[in-house]
Amino acid sequence: MTRSIRIGMSTSDIAAGAEATFRAISTYINRHQLPVEVKQTGSLGVCHREPLVEVDINGHSTLYGPVTPARVTPLLDFHFGTDSRGVSTEWLISQQADRNDYPFLGKQVKVTTQLCGLIDPHSLDDYLAHDGYQAFKQALTMSPAAVIQAIQDSKLRGRGGAGFPTGIKWDLMRKRPISPKYLICNADEGDPGAFMDRAMIEGDPHRLLEGMLIAAYAMGATKGYLYVRAEYPLAVSILHRAIQQASEYGVTGQNILGSGLDFEFVIKEGAGAFVCGEETALMHSIEGKRGMPRMRPPYPAEYGLWGYPSNINNVETLVSVPSIILNGPDWFAKLGTETSGGTKAFALAGTIKKSGLVEVPMGMPLRELIYDIGGGGEAGRTIKAVQLGGPSGGCIPQSLLDTRIDYDDIKTTGAIMGSGGMIVLDETISMVNMAHYFLTFTQDESCGKCLPCRVGTRKMLNILERLVNQEGTQNDLDQLRRLCDTVGRTSLCGLGQTAPNPVLTTMRYFEDEYLAAIGK
Amino acid sequence: MKLQTKKRLKKNVYKGDTMPPPPPELAEMLAKYHGQPDALITVLEEIQRHYGYLPRHHLEYTARELSFPLSQVFGVATFYNLFQLKPPGRHQIRVCTGTACHVGHSKVILTHLKEKLGINEDETTPDKLFTLQTVACVGACSLAPVMVVNEHTHGRMTTDKSWQAIQPLHDENDVTEVES
Ligand SMILES: Cc1cc2nc3c(=O)[nH]c(=O)nc-3n(C[C@H](O)[C@H](O)[C@H](O)COP(=O)(O)O)c2cc1C
Ligand code: FES
Repeated sequence: MTRSIRIGMSTSDIAAGAEATFRAISTYINRHQLPVEVKQTGSLGVCHREPLVEVDINGHSTLYGPVTPARVTPLLDFHFGTDSRGVSTEWLISQQADRNDYPFLGKQVKVTTQLCGLIDPHSLDDYLAHDGYQAFKQALTMSPAAVIQAIQDSKLRGRGGAGFPTGIKWDLMRKRPISPKYLICNADEGDPGAFMDRAMIEGDPHRLLEGMLIAAYAMGATKGYLYVRAEYPLAVSILHRAIQQASEYGVTGQNILGSGLDFEFVIKEGAGAFVCGEETALMHSIEGKRGMPRMRPPYPAEYGLWGYPSNINNVETLVSVPSIILNGPDWFAKLGTETSGGTKAFALAGTIKKSGLVEVPMGMPLRELIYDIGGGGEAGRTIKAVQLGGPSGGCIPQSLLDTRIDYDDIKTTGAIMGSGGMIVLDETISMVNMAHYFLTFTQDESCGKCLPCRVGTRKMLNILERLVNQEGTQNDLDQLRRLCDTVGRTSLCGLGQTAPNPVLTTMRYFEDEYLAAIGK
Repeated sequence: MKLQTKKRLKKNVYKGDTMPPPPPELAEMLAKYHGQPDALITVLEEIQRHYGYLPRHHLEYTARELSFPLSQVFGVATFYNLFQLKPPGRHQIRVCTGTACHVGHSKVILTHLKEKLGINEDETTPDKLFTLQTVACVGACSLAPVMVVNEHTHGRMTTDKSWQAIQPLHDENDVTEVES
């Protein structure tokens, strides 16, 4: 009889009190001398029910949450003791091994987060037991060009926000005749309300390393930087450990597995600047300078880190890669739409009933995600809009919720797919206030290098402040529109270019609120 | 060629320099990064981890010992939000102002704490007990609004609960002038 208990110990679990629950479980097991393995995992994504505990007996698993320390004894008594009073169904989430009887999980398709919450992120053996590093070994039997062709066929697009086809970017790099080449993983996750990348690193770090190794092989890169956001200490320590394990396993270093590939990982901790998510700023930051962007072109593939060809990819992009190699590009492409393959992870939060980390196939209508998975508005309130893409994105009103999750479809609404932040807003929230909030953020984070962004966002914020205080005039609205246009078109980098998006989309869909703010 | 530039810089920095050698623990930290032009942020992160902030003299030492122009060291130290140039209080309070928490009215909590502590954002109470800061998402959005006290995350905050989370730290330090 195999008996094990899994407990989620990611940042969000810990915030919900998982450490106390873990201590209670350990105490119980020690006291009763139970032959039960307790495994600490990453996040399963069911954040609204954390702390989560899953009891697994001979492959029959039962998922519970929230499990407060007080609930540990009745719960374990029920499973391992003689107490058959049963546990409250209120704590019960799922009784199936695939957890599909819980609608929040049933409708998801997990590719990048498939092992998050199931395996111990500190254990390489756990990863190896789930086909770990098989994709990399398979890639080594292919030619680099064939690997890139597979990525192109899979229709994988950059998950960092812009949605640029990953295969094309890799191909440009491969054809550059200069060495050394650098590979950079963008784990800066600057959107204030998004945590997909963090959950992936904390839950399944080796998948990211494997994705980077495949990318390095395809492009001929010899050094891989992981640029991790400053506020993610747990992710950094998990990555350090994983890199150590990968090196002991023999997938880093010189002539890896006899393939002739040399590769090493370097972790760079960010120091808290949103603009450092922008690729040229990120490279400056790795070089130890102020993280300011520069003009593009030249693109990083032409002139990157210290002037050498460099390729930057988001965490989720790289994490998708092993599955593509293992299951084939067609499988991945078919999951999604005509133009965007695969799945997309979202950090679902705001005034929604069931928040958490969700992963759905491209092409799913937003409505399905929000109502079928998320359970609709909190406390039964009506959902007014959804904000995608954080400060660079925009809001999509209730009337357009049938829009499919797809880079091109979402763009037609004026918003962007973004990196995965999805904030649900209900009728109690003022859209002018939201626009003001995002502008406060971008204005504060503007690095000040170019004038339109430095001064323009300040001016926009001044107007929005007046509007929020009900002191605005019609002239303010006209000027705000003009400023949006100028800042969006003339800023140096993506930060300024996209800063007007939250304002423009709210003005477009909720003009009445702006008119009310000027007393009309 | 490279060597020459380095030498010249070094000479300029030393001109009229009356600074004694750096304290031993700092010298040890800096020694690890000699000749690594990309290590500046890492060095500053390490100094801040050790001292809790970036003391001005230590920035000057960093510039001198690692041959960076002081302007560059200062430029980097002031660019990134992580770096603090003032000594922090004993306890750090960080109120999350990420999107989910904003929607959950974190601003009310921030305002409440500002009033209660009598300080503004990024300031430290005169008794050096508390530093109040904001942070953009700590990844516990489901528990919004969220507040982090030292390393401990408190979820589903209300104005009263936020003060209750801090009160014990206040009392523990035997401070009598608690306003309530
Ligand atoms: C202001 C700004 C912030 C950004 N922040 C991030 C970020 O936090 N994470 C990320 O992966 N990409 C971010 N990006 C996008 C990156 O510049 C880059 O496009 C991306 O990392 C490329 O990887 P991909 O092709 O895999 O998406 C940001 C861009 C801008 C302009
Ligand atoms: S927005 Fe506050 S924890 Fe994410």
